[in-house]
Amino acid sequence: MLKKLWPYARPYRKWIILGVVCSAAEAVFELLIPLVMSDIVDIGIENRDTVFIMQKGVLMIAMAMASLCFGLGAAALSAMAGQGFGANLRRAEYDHIQEFAFSNIEKFSTASLVTRLTNDAANMQMTLMMGMRLLVRAPVMLVSALILSISISRQLSSIFLVALPLLAAVACVILIRTGPLFQALQEKTDALNLVVQENLAGIRVVKSFVREDHEREKFGERNADLKNTSQRAFGNVVINMPIMMMIVYGTIIAVMWFGGHMVFAGTLEKGKLITYFTYITQIMMSLMMVSMIFMMLTRSLACARRIAEVLDEVPAITDDHALPGAEAADGSITFDHVSFKYNPESPEWILRDVNLRIPSGATVGILGGTSSGKTTLVSLIPRLYEASQGTVSVGGRPVREYTMENLRDAVSMVLQKNTLFTGTIRENLLWGNPDASEEELWDACRAACASEFLEKMPDGLDTDLGQGGVNVSGGQKQRLCIARAILKKPKVLILDDSTSAVDTATDAKIRQAFASGLRDTTKLIIAQRVASVQEADLILVMDAGRVIAQGTHQELMESCEIYRDVYQSQQEGASIGG
Amino acid sequence: MADQKRHGPGGPRGGFRKPKDMRGTLKKLLAYLAGYKALLTLVVLLLILSSACTVGGSYLIRPLINDYILPGDFPGLAKMLVVMGLVYAAGAACSFGYARIMVHVSQNTVARIREELFDHMQRLPLSYFDAHTHGELMSRYTNDIETVSEALNNSFGSIVSCTLTFTGTIAMMIVLSPALTLITFAMLAVMLLVVRVIGGRSRRYFAAQQKELGAVNGYIEEMIEGQKVIKVFNHEKAAKEGFYLRNEAYRQAAVQAQAYAGAMMPAMGNLNYINYAIACCVGGLLFIHGGDLGGLAAFLQYTRQVAQPITQISQQMNVILSAVAGAERIFEVMEAQPEADQGHVRLVRVTENREGVLAQADYDTGAWAWKKPDGELVPLRGDVRFDHVVFGYDPRKTVLHDVSLFAKPGQKIAFVGSTGAGKTTITSLINRFYEIQGGSIVYDGIDIKDIEKDSLRRSLGVVLQDTHLFTGTVADNIRYGRLDATSEEVQAAARLAGADSFIRHLPQGYETVLSGDGGSLSQGERQLLNIARAACANPPVLILDEATSSIDTRTERLIEKGMDRLMAGRTVFVIAHRLSTVRNAKAIMVLEQGEIIERGDHDDLLQQKGRYYQLYTGQAELA
Repeated sequence: MLKKLWPYARPYRKWIILGVVCSAAEAVFELLIPLVMSDIVDIGIENRDTVFIMQKGVLMIAMAMASLCFGLGAAALSAMAGQGFGANLRRAEYDHIQEFAFSNIEKFSTASLVTRLTNDAANMQMTLMMGMRLLVRAPVMLVSALILSISISRQLSSIFLVALPLLAAVACVILIRTGPLFQALQEKTDALNLVVQENLAGIRVVKSFVREDHEREKFGERNADLKNTSQRAFGNVVINMPIMMMIVYGTIIAVMWFGGHMVFAGTLEKGKLITYFTYITQIMMSLMMVSMIFMMLTRSLACARRIAEVLDEVPAITDDHALPGAEAADGSITFDHVSFKYNPESPEWILRDVNLRIPSGATVGILGGTSSGKTTLVSLIPRLYEASQGTVSVGGRPVREYTMENLRDAVSMVLQKNTLFTGTIRENLLWGNPDASEEELWDACRAACASEFLEKMPDGLDTDLGQGGVNVSGGQKQRLCIARAILKKPKVLILDDSTSAVDTATDAKIRQAFASGLRDTTKLIIAQRVASVQEADLILVMDAGRVIAQGTHQELMESCEIYRDVYQSQQEGASIGG
Repeated sequence: MADQKRHGPGGPRGGFRKPKDMRGTLKKLLAYLAGYKALLTLVVLLLILSSACTVGGSYLIRPLINDYILPGDFPGLAKMLVVMGLVYAAGAACSFGYARIMVHVSQNTVARIREELFDHMQRLPLSYFDAHTHGELMSRYTNDIETVSEALNNSFGSIVSCTLTFTGTIAMMIVLSPALTLITFAMLAVMLLVVRVIGGRSRRYFAAQQKELGAVNGYIEEMIEGQKVIKVFNHEKAAKEGFYLRNEAYRQAAVQAQAYAGAMMPAMGNLNYINYAIACCVGGLLFIHGGDLGGLAAFLQYTRQVAQPITQISQQMNVILSAVAGAERIFEVMEAQPEADQGHVRLVRVTENREGVLAQADYDTGAWAWKKPDGELVPLRGDVRFDHVVFGYDPRKTVLHDVSLFAKPGQKIAFVGSTGAGKTTITSLINRFYEIQGGSIVYDGIDIKDIEKDSLRRSLGVVLQDTHLFTGTVADNIRYGRLDATSEEVQAAARLAGADSFIRHLPQGYETVLSGDGGSLSQGERQLLNIARAACANPPVLILDEATSSIDTRTERLIEKGMDRLMAGRTVFVIAHRLSTVRNAKAIMVLEQGEIIERGDHDDLLQQKGRYYQLYTGQAELA
């Protein structure tokens, strides 16, 4: 897993190596200082040699200074490497997500993609940063302290033969015990957050059905659950410290006992004994740190896996079969025995054997019941999804022969769930055509009937939309989205129920503008109202993934019962009104 | 209107903020701990004991070396080591005890804060949720409570124990050697200076880092949310460039912040080594004249320990500061004004005898009445009147100007008008989601302000424009309308709403588990479930806010009968874009910019040849 992510840290390998060296050097110097101290005691004090003591003192300060420099270096280098790695990782993920087809995005869900880009990446950069320092420092400390202690007294060091395995065993047991508890803790936290999230999203439902108590009960249950789990998890963690402390203290006592004998027997110098204490503390501290690092790493591993999943995801739609220069000659569209399902394993077809021939410049209306496959049908034209069977062609050429960029430049689609982005209205409109002139912008706004409210806004096109376009109403947003799509001057324009929040009169005006202003553009309009598509050159009636009838209004009125049905259901008002 | 959102201070991701009222917030936080006075006293006691043991244990090194090891008194040494072991064991036991108690106290406290926060949130008016984004309120639970929990769990004990250890260590050092202690003081002064300088710098860089982090995360969120639009517009390149810019800015800010934050540990550690070196030197020189090796060893041990509490306290102070800031935000929510509810008129079930006299019943009679505080029962009829109502979400910006209307029992009242005309607002006012600024709303002759809020809402069934489903089975979601509905009743409601057939096609039928706001269902199917939910609740008055907007006309026609049955005998408020949906309403109100500009039934309005006529013929003209 970590191997998979290494390439993103690779550019910083010099810094990583240098940082690791710094960390190691810092640790070694820190350990050498007590050794010098023992010289002061054993030689300086013993011989009452003031000069020697002063010399060693200066040496110690110099060593501390050196250690300080290395430490600061390690801090800076690890910050640079860690943050660089994190930035690279985020960038790689983000770039890769840009290649995703709709099906890839839906597989992960946007919320999960956001977490993988933000929290998970942040965790990885933290891991590298801390890893470069702690992960190096602890083992270096451990090994060098061990070597130094053994060099001081091989005999005394045999105490470690007991203490170290004991400590390791305790750390292992604790890790094994707390691991699942913390996982459970995470699950309980998620469960609790889910209740809050849904409560917030549905607060109107909660309030109108007076279900506050029911929600409180739900929350209370999860809260108690979370409390119990966290008490168990943290209760386990706090045993950790005292046990480790006891082992450390036990070792100190053993050293005192055996070391005391050795000092008296003259096989160990007094100063060395004092130094020895220092090392014991050091060794034990490093071990504790190692166990902490392991805890951190298990969490990071989960994050690394989640990031790798994103990076490994193969974009479902690629330019592999594209001819780089190919551009759509016109806006004609054909569907040749096209069938589609979102998931190859699913038994149910969303579209079944659709055959269409739409001439360039035509206006096509698409009607059909809820979940009859209207949106799916039009999504195949800009190749947002790939047809499972059959061929979709635009401008006389199968869609897969265009690069996605060329195809989507030719086919403009206003999605059902559309988004405006932070920034001004102008900035959002320029998405359609970055080089659009003021004149072109206003033309598009007029065609989409957006000019009427834009003119009333004090800042006009430069009105700030706020995050997600919160400063405009639903109907205004839809009209801006249409204007943005028109600005592309596409060969094919698709409106997927894009005027649902626009009143009927405005809706009619927009359609008239289309008919007169976008003569050469093939227009596909998904609508609820027959009136919206009645004048179309071709009307498709869809039901359960099939196009069950196609023709003009007149033809369908004669031949298609469902169409007649829908028409009449919407026309009763007119007849009553006279 | 409903989805108007403003960003509060800090926004959903602006985590870094200094607490405004440190003392006040701490006081409130401590109030939560008041119930644990006995336990906390015990904690402090245990902390004192464990610190004393740690400090005292190290002191024992002196007599060990001076009195036993150097003279070679091994039986004495054994005794002394047993004492030392006991001291250490007692210390460890005490620190375990206090940590265990703190887990208990902190987890219970945090659970209580969570509970109270959620409880209070349920009482807040909708205007509060309009003004605060979901992300912002969510982060009260995910971030703020987390930091408070961390602080309670560790910082409290840590700071107390560090302070004690530090004081104890200094005291022992003075006992051992006042002269050497002076040197330590000098070095400590230097260290404190370093903490201040590095700490101050690092806080500044940290604030910058948080700002950039907020920018990059915000950008990611917005772009990934809009990823499909990016694809449709071939906007990938620009989206990447925008990201690179923010990603790089964040990286640069983070490198500075992290380098400084990372410098703290080596700086403190190594400064302390310098301190240690000087102590060794001077101690050695002093020893030549004095001669207390055990004392020197113990002193050196203390020297190594003395700086640790300072580093730790300075780290914990950061945790505490952010916890107080978090607690402050939590208390802000908890102290927000809850929905006003001074009403005392309650909704009760009643039976009616032959003379038409009502009597309160405690079982489902199918009949309802308002019970006034004096015991008078007024039958619920569904008579709703608006009398010169003035309202604005923001009191300075009036949305509804002087609206008067009345709905007689059993009438279907429709609101038409363009987006933003105030249709949804009117229905939200009947529900008393918002408080009106002028005029009055009267329900069956009672001002809705005098009706207990829960009773008022229970009498109104609402099908909202935004469909919201909860994680759970389909049946659970329908049952949300009436929690004690049997499965037969749930299915009957679904049939009424025309949802039965699609539910049966789901993998597990009514037991299919919906998650992620019913993401696997189409918008139309979700609306059908919403209608079923209202049907299940079986309320006397119905409010349908664009309840069928995503259901195609054919399906709408299929469920029309069910809807008719649902609406029969009830007062119904309908909002719809499709004029065909509202045509048969008894009264149609045409709204424009918060004013009712026309009213009447369909025929009247067509004859008036006003706005309704225009709207209607806008459709008819092309027919």
